[in-house]
Amino acid sequence: MNETTTGDPTAPKVRTHNRAATFWSDRLFRAAAVACASVVVLLVLFFAYELWRSSELSIRTFGWRFWISRDWDPVRERFGALPFIWGTLVTSVAALIIAVPLSLGTAIFIAEVAPRWLRQPVSFVVELLAAIPSVVYGLWGVFVMVPWLREHVQVPLSQRFGHIPLFAGPAFGVSMMAAILVLSVMIIPYITAVSREVILAVPQAQREASYGLGATKWETIRRVVLRYARVGILGAIILGYGRAVGETMAVTMVIGNRPEITTSLLQPGYTLASVIANEFTEATSPLYLSSLTELGLLLFIITLVINALARLLVWQVSRGEVQR
Amino acid sequence: MIRLSRTHEWWRRVLNVLALTLTGVCALLVMAPVFIILIYLVTNGIRSVNLEFLTSLPKPPGEPGGGLANAIVGSFYMVGLALVLSLPIGVGAGVYLAEFGQSRYAHLIRFVADVLNGMPSIVIGVSVWALLVVPMRTFSALAGGVALAFIMIPMITRTTEEMVRAVPNALREASLGLGATYARTMWSVVLPAARGGIVTGVMLALARVFGEAAPLLFTALGNRFWNLYLDRPMASLPTQIYEYAKSPYEDWHRQAWAAALLLIVVVLILNIVARVSTRERFRALR
Amino acid sequence: MATVMFRRQEEVTAPPQPKISTRNLNVYYGSFHAIKDVNLDILPNHITALIGPSGCGKSTFLRCLNRMNDLIEGARVEGSVTLDGEEVNSPRTDVVALRRRVGMVFQRPNPFPMSIYDNVAYGPRIHGIRRRSVLNEIVERSLRQAALWDEVKDKLRQSALALSGGQQQRLCIARVLAVEPEVLLMDEPASALDPTATFRIEELMQELKSRYTIVIVTHNMQQAARVSQFTGFFYKGELYEFGETAKIFTNPDRRETEDYIRGRFG
Repeated sequence: MNETTTGDPTAPKVRTHNRAATFWSDRLFRAAAVACASVVVLLVLFFAYELWRSSELSIRTFGWRFWISRDWDPVRERFGALPFIWGTLVTSVAALIIAVPLSLGTAIFIAEVAPRWLRQPVSFVVELLAAIPSVVYGLWGVFVMVPWLREHVQVPLSQRFGHIPLFAGPAFGVSMMAAILVLSVMIIPYITAVSREVILAVPQAQREASYGLGATKWETIRRVVLRYARVGILGAIILGYGRAVGETMAVTMVIGNRPEITTSLLQPGYTLASVIANEFTEATSPLYLSSLTELGLLLFIITLVINALARLLVWQVSRGEVQR
Repeated sequence: MIRLSRTHEWWRRVLNVLALTLTGVCALLVMAPVFIILIYLVTNGIRSVNLEFLTSLPKPPGEPGGGLANAIVGSFYMVGLALVLSLPIGVGAGVYLAEFGQSRYAHLIRFVADVLNGMPSIVIGVSVWALLVVPMRTFSALAGGVALAFIMIPMITRTTEEMVRAVPNALREASLGLGATYARTMWSVVLPAARGGIVTGVMLALARVFGEAAPLLFTALGNRFWNLYLDRPMASLPTQIYEYAKSPYEDWHRQAWAAALLLIVVVLILNIVARVSTRERFRALR
Repeated sequence: MATVMFRRQEEVTAPPQPKISTRNLNVYYGSFHAIKDVNLDILPNHITALIGPSGCGKSTFLRCLNRMNDLIEGARVEGSVTLDGEEVNSPRTDVVALRRRVGMVFQRPNPFPMSIYDNVAYGPRIHGIRRRSVLNEIVERSLRQAALWDEVKDKLRQSALALSGGQQQRLCIARVLAVEPEVLLMDEPASALDPTATFRIEELMQELKSRYTIVIVTHNMQQAARVSQFTGFFYKGELYEFGETAKIFTNPDRRETEDYIRGRFG
């Protein structure tokens, strides 16, 4: 049981330490290590507790209606999460739709197509994408991308396709569309990196079997490699989705921050993370603050579930690989 | 007998070339933003990174000039604080996972650490606000440092685990065979052997939190003046970029670009040094 | 080593044209010279066995025959390999078409993680066969040829990974047969199998040899003696001796061959 649940199956480290375990220093050492490790678990419990405690007022006041109410009216103190849930859902899913094909293409390029000398540099540049701070993406987004997007994409779109709800309304620049684009760039490195690892873990024997039957490289990749790696790739995508859901600064800076439910990509929106970032320090009344923390609690639960799911999938793959 | 269709055989080979080329196009498209953003940062920021920017305090809103000296110091201050808080805990937890990592409890911790790594930093900010800002009745550098430390702990835990695991068993056995206690062996043999790798992991963690604004927004808040006290609000580069970008002032936009350039330079240096040193280490291990 | 001539066996009416010929074949892995100047003719509709101690280059040689070495980073192949007189080692060769004609069975069974049916249908499908009835026919025929049909006919939709090692290897053979190759390269196909499964595979090879040209690499000398008509002995990257199996095993020309066959090394 122990062995099969092992995420990393490196052989158990020396057992000889049992012999020396009678020394008080060893006990102390071990106790200290356990204590440090326990901090990690305590952190999650602590986040959950603090968020719940601070949201209590809001939970008591609005109950479950908080989740389905479209109101967000600080003046009359009526709060509901629906516009933010909507904005988060739309931006993250749309970002995923853009990011997944690009990430998979890049991962395949690095792992299967590129000549050996090119692999490291490309991987490195893609990883730099993850290293750029969110607020820098936001700065670039709001001063460079948004004006460009407004003039060259949104204005023509609203003129030509304004009758379609997806592109209705005036071109604001700051919009769901801007948030989606920034988000997709930001999650690409995560999906790419994990997918690349999973693809590299596909046994060479699988590729040889396919080539040996007269398959082309692309047929081998599509029908054998991707198929073999699909669970892990799903994990990578879910991991990237978790990032998209929780991404804060860049989204706050380009999405326009308007708590309305809109179907138009050209209109401003709001997400769970960006409303917290944008309004937390302005929130004066306890109920307002409590409602914002309840949004934080919701975000916590969503990302917890998403990340847990992704981890389980990715672990399952690496474990299967080891037994083979 | 399989009769090969001429057109199908032709199409397979064309599709192969098209699809493989397309993956290259994907890679180019994905890499492009890195260069575009870097170019904008350099061209927009370089003119404003000058002595005044680096050494003076912000001017009141609307007045041109001034700098972000306090934010630069604040960033290093809080990241340093986060390092001091997170390093012992992260390394301890990593050692536990590497050395006693087969128990159910260890698996739980490993899992939680991975999940924490994906937790949005804004959530961590709100939690620390509830923990420290509310009872202390003030935003503070301490709260900011703690929030950043919470982000770093799971990152350091996982890299330490990997690096300690990579230390050959022979080293441990040699030390234990000489009669050293286990604690002694870890302290003077295993950890030094893993030190380089741990430093790399810590640098990557530092690079990440150095650019974090979300967890600082309502923990450290920001400050227009000098502050080195733990229990008072403190400015930082990321939050300052956010504030300045939102402002209507041209001069603050200019300074936001300069601050972003500074930020990215620090982040890139940390990343490049970390990666170059890792590569060499892995070569040495092989 | 130099070209080794072999006399034609009386009872075998082999056509004069070899199916595969190699001339001055050399393979390098980086600076390591893995195959040295190998000249070898392989006759159609016979089983040719390649034996030798591990690391002698016999597998590497086999992988030259369908350009499988292309997949190995840093491998360099020089010299000539011809299939029916056409050059295999030319940059203009259509490797995809070549590999369909020269199928390969590997040392370890490597079924795809899909159903038994999909494994066998993989090759025909990539070659554009979509019709269900045609696919069904090919799958059944290939599985029958590989002597696996009776064991799996009721569970074609089940995962191939659920089969035993021996069954998986026969499935891999069926998968190759489904694309109707002319040559079958077998790289120690029974080394990962138990004796019963090994026996089934050997039996199968005897049935297949009338329709295919088979080249088998093996470190098991009894196996080579049992199944093949011709045997080549590889040692340190060179083809030391090649000839009729009976001769190689009873009266080899070279001392190294004899030492190896007598089990003095390897």
